[in-house]
Amino acid sequence: MPQLTRRQRHDQKIQRRSLVISGLSLVLVVFALYVLIPLAPGWQAVKTSFFNWDILVRTFPKLLSAFVVDLKIFLWSAPLIFVLSLSIALARNTNRPSLFPLRLFGALYTDLFRGVPVILLVYLIGFGIPGLGLARPYNSPYIWGTVALVLGYSAYVAEVFRAGIDSVHSSQIAASRSLGLSEGETLRYVVLPQAIRRQVPALMNFVIALLKDVALLSFIGPIEVLRQANVYKSLMANFTPYVGAAIIFLCVTIPITRYADYLMAKQRRQRIA
Amino acid sequence: MVLSRTLFSIVLLGASLATNSVFAQGSCSAGKTLNEGRLTIATGNPAYAPWVMDDDPASGRGFEAAVAYAVADAMGFEAGQVDWVRTSFDEAIQPGEKNFDFNIQQYSINAERQQVIDFSASYYTTAVAVVVKAGSTAADTATTGSALRDLQFGAAAGTTSQTFLQNVLKPSRDLLLYDDNADVIAAIAANQIDALVFDLPSALFATAVQIDGGKILGKFPSEASIEPDNFGLLMAKGSELKVCIDEAINSLNASGKLSEIESEWLGDGAGVPVIDLDK
Amino acid sequence: MTAKLELKSVTKSFAQQKVVDDVSLTVATGEMVCLIGASGSGKSTLLRCVNLLEAIDDGEILLDGFDIAEPSLPPDPIRRRIGLVFQSFNLFPHLDVLSNITLAPCRVLGLEKSIARDQALDLLERFSLADKAYSYPDHLSGGQQQRVAIVRALAMEPELLLLDEITSALDPELIGEVLDVVRKLKAQQMTMLLATHEMSFAREIADTVCYLDRGRVVETGAPEQIFNDPVKQRTREFLARVSG
Repeated sequence: MPQLTRRQRHDQKIQRRSLVISGLSLVLVVFALYVLIPLAPGWQAVKTSFFNWDILVRTFPKLLSAFVVDLKIFLWSAPLIFVLSLSIALARNTNRPSLFPLRLFGALYTDLFRGVPVILLVYLIGFGIPGLGLARPYNSPYIWGTVALVLGYSAYVAEVFRAGIDSVHSSQIAASRSLGLSEGETLRYVVLPQAIRRQVPALMNFVIALLKDVALLSFIGPIEVLRQANVYKSLMANFTPYVGAAIIFLCVTIPITRYADYLMAKQRRQRIA
Repeated sequence: MVLSRTLFSIVLLGASLATNSVFAQGSCSAGKTLNEGRLTIATGNPAYAPWVMDDDPASGRGFEAAVAYAVADAMGFEAGQVDWVRTSFDEAIQPGEKNFDFNIQQYSINAERQQVIDFSASYYTTAVAVVVKAGSTAADTATTGSALRDLQFGAAAGTTSQTFLQNVLKPSRDLLLYDDNADVIAAIAANQIDALVFDLPSALFATAVQIDGGKILGKFPSEASIEPDNFGLLMAKGSELKVCIDEAINSLNASGKLSEIESEWLGDGAGVPVIDLDK
Repeated sequence: MTAKLELKSVTKSFAQQKVVDDVSLTVATGEMVCLIGASGSGKSTLLRCVNLLEAIDDGEILLDGFDIAEPSLPPDPIRRRIGLVFQSFNLFPHLDVLSNITLAPCRVLGLEKSIARDQALDLLERFSLADKAYSYPDHLSGGQQQRVAIVRALAMEPELLLLDEITSALDPELIGEVLDVVRKLKAQQMTMLLATHEMSFAREIADTVCYLDRGRVVETGAPEQIFNDPVKQRTREFLARVSG
């Protein structure tokens, strides 16, 4: 065995010590969770109301099929948000005087829709617009709930795109223009690819938030997972179906969150390199 | 049916108990209430008419407000000894100490719920009714099960109306569910649903006051329900007061006081056509 | 020799400060003109004006005798005839080397992708970069990046190449490979206008040297004359400073 240097011996000692400390603290935390909490006087009642295995098993299949509704709403909302927010970001970044009204509209739009909670948009648009007298199927809560989500989210995501576009250095634009690419071609082939790539981690966070906020549509009728859990909660006077819904959401959001973290770490590494 | 019969016999038993025993005022509930010498009653926030008029339970006006004071009286509490608190449904069922002696807001008695909370004997049994907008195409629907099934229905989530729609009527379009009756009414106003299903008193009130041009299409025959919609007072699981409250309700039932309050505040909906589910 | 580029009294100001002041200059076809001068003397701005990245305030810029500074002209068709290489390379970081080079030929000249690719690979071969075709700019050294940037400009087959301090951002040991590329272009009779700090290189390679100070042309002449026998006192002082 080769002789360790002084430094290596020192590092090894520190590493061993931190392993012991983290191992001990993990054991302590697990001990607290599994032993101390059940000792609390109300634990039995909490367990019956929140962690009722029978109820979970009985309600889970229907919660799962209700979650398909959430996924559908998510899948058609996300591309719409992408397109609308990008258009808003471009409108706000335009500096041609003839397009001033567009820029003004973009600014007003983001101010208005960023300033209102999404749930209010869902209520106001979901109940308000069909109330004008639209006939079926154009009065569907799915349509107007989606409109509310798209309007609300695009206002935020537009700002993410705008920040991304601003972060592309002007020398990139100069290089592109010097090669003879037009303003539009420069935007399309040089600026936007870099802007969007740079904002992928931020966009992923909005993907996760949107996935969760789809449940807000339950307020205007659709029986998606939150509403289904809510129904079970009322009928059974038990909160376990909510825990079931939370589990379903976590199964989807945790992988996305991990992926977003991975992308962010990768970008950090690239910036340093 | 089985449950309703059981309940009926409980009611009879209670009534006989009440007539046999001399009512020692307050003796039953002594030492069992949240605050000694006071009765704390909870209701919804907001509380809706015709159950509580003007969201003011202390006025004693409205069916449930009146029932609450009648129960208090039968338990030996004067009106001045009653305190009101407000809770949502979720607060009422969450584990832990309750901040009320009993909670009255149209809670339907069912076996599932009784695993975590206690209900008193029923103080009211309701039918479910279908409400449409007068002048809409849905208003001309025949009062038969097969004609109704093609309408777009809405209801408040977790209510007996919802279970009734899903288990008995089984409409062809996906049901739309909302947080409370107010949102269901907003949905019918916005034409998102053709028809809504409420308990009959709420339906009567909604058509009279809340929905512009609202109309009750019909009510379902009471024997159609899998479980009849019996309202009970809600208490903490294992509440010692349950005996006293049941005793009070049974005596009110026997004396005819309950039906008196009912006809004062709820009307009987006698003119409402009965829907024929078999056609 | 005919004039490829002729500047006549070109003036450009930023916020009342004259950065390019009444500059007149001629670059003949196949000629190599070097702009020398201290930082901030207006060399870079002058090159950006020729490429129409900056609009000039006054004067004329004649390309083949045709005034390209006319404000009503669309700039894109003119820019594609003039290549510009930047001090900081400005490669597109999201594209690999090959795509960096083929983007403009495909999108601007409408070249078919396969043709543009073959052309780009030929150019990379000529400048000993063939093995980097599929690398991303971040993974190249500064010298390699600058050579790719030059190839990217050449892929548009420009009639005139503008080189803006192309070695200033490089570590000393990487400067040589980039200058070799310029020597090669000179041998091929490429018409070039070059702003540089490399006095010895300018002396070696330039046909004409032009000394700029505070936006004005102080002295123009053959390299031997400028470096050995400058006429103007200011030129002498500048050369004494940089050779210091």
